[in-house]
Amino acid sequence: MTAYVRPRDLDEALALRAAHPDWMVIAGGTDVMVNANHQAVPAGMVDLWRLAELGFVRATDQAIAIGAGTTWHEIERHAAIRERIAPLAAAAREIGALQIQARATLGGNVGTSSPVGDSLPVLLALDAELEVASVRGRRRVPYHAWCTGYRTTQLAADELIVAAHVPVPGPTTRTTWRKVGTRRAQSISKVMGAAVIMLEGDVVIEARVALGAVAERPIRIAAVEAAVRGLRLGPAAEAARAALRTAIRPIDDVRSTASYRREVAENLVARFFAVS
Amino acid sequence: MKLALEVNGLARTVDVSPWKRLLDVLREDLRLTGTKEGCGEGECGACTVMLDGEAVNSCLVAIGQCDARKVTTVEGLADGEVLHAVQRALVACGGAQCGICTPGIAVCAAHVVDRGLLAGCDAETARARVRTLLAGNICRCTGYQLIVDAVIAAAREVDAR
Repeated sequence: MTAYVRPRDLDEALALRAAHPDWMVIAGGTDVMVNANHQAVPAGMVDLWRLAELGFVRATDQAIAIGAGTTWHEIERHAAIRERIAPLAAAAREIGALQIQARATLGGNVGTSSPVGDSLPVLLALDAELEVASVRGRRRVPYHAWCTGYRTTQLAADELIVAAHVPVPGPTTRTTWRKVGTRRAQSISKVMGAAVIMLEGDVVIEARVALGAVAERPIRIAAVEAAVRGLRLGPAAEAARAALRTAIRPIDDVRSTASYRREVAENLVARFFAVS
Repeated sequence: MKLALEVNGLARTVDVSPWKRLLDVLREDLRLTGTKEGCGEGECGACTVMLDGEAVNSCLVAIGQCDARKVTTVEGLADGEVLHAVQRALVACGGAQCGICTPGIAVCAAHVVDRGLLAGCDAETARARVRTLLAGNICRCTGYQLIVDAVIAAAREVDAR
């Protein structure tokens, strides 16, 4: 029978992870329990739901640290997150509906690392860092280096995700997030993306642009970022659209087609750089 | 794995795999078949129950996670013979058709109404908010208008108390 342990603290969780790297790590369960009756039964479960050391939001003027066990409902409601890193709160509102948001966690989204994970382009655009831990110690990984392929990450078999550290963008920075799905509510994205655009007046000094569901993992679009540098909002929109055209190779699947995704992605990045 | 949980106000014990879904334990082990399975993927909301006061999809909760927790299913909404305000409103407004989504909608709506999540909203805001709050409950018979009417009517009644 499947073993089940609900560790009392992070040390116990890390010891379990080291001893049983094959056990399922579960918190809200909204990814790992999907079609549970048609999956292989796990040898064991380490339940991190509401583990105190993973449930926190610490905000300073420079950065916001969000514990991996924080739910999307908690993220959406948090005043500092809504004010200072608004695209993350916006993404939180679109992750499933009330039932999912009550259970699904930041750590789960980052750990599952689905190419359609709604928060992931936001973490890329905000240039977040992840903090992971194991019995060997702690380390930080820039989020742009985290995703290594389709649903694969840098997380080692004995590690747990502890927190995301998100730098707060400066006051002259435009931040946006946009998702396009089949219907407004509760749909898995066809395309979504986020941008953090540092401006001087209406001139783009630097931009980070990230898209989801256009590749096997969430990606920054370096060609767009290079194309818009030094341009004014407006002209930057057309430059972004043109640069994106050859920068992504989306696929056909059950949720959309490559050509539709390409067109929507072009419109999204153009809108990010439009005159407001 | 032996677990003790509170279901609809009653202490219950089960001895099952911790991997078993809360949904299946409710239906098979506790014979509370009011909770329905729709998609089994957390998309449709038919299996919505309250877990420690939060509306959740019971198909996505492992029973191992439920030891010492409180669960409320559609069977637990009524107080004896007196239906919950949302149940009465769903009946009065005709907010049900084939009935598969109805238990999940009743539980989610009860959560919304009992938490006062529509308190102080004008009519237009309340309609928009109900649609967002109940977005995780899908009705294949597309009876959303009457469901929204019912949730608002129930909220008005409860908020007036």
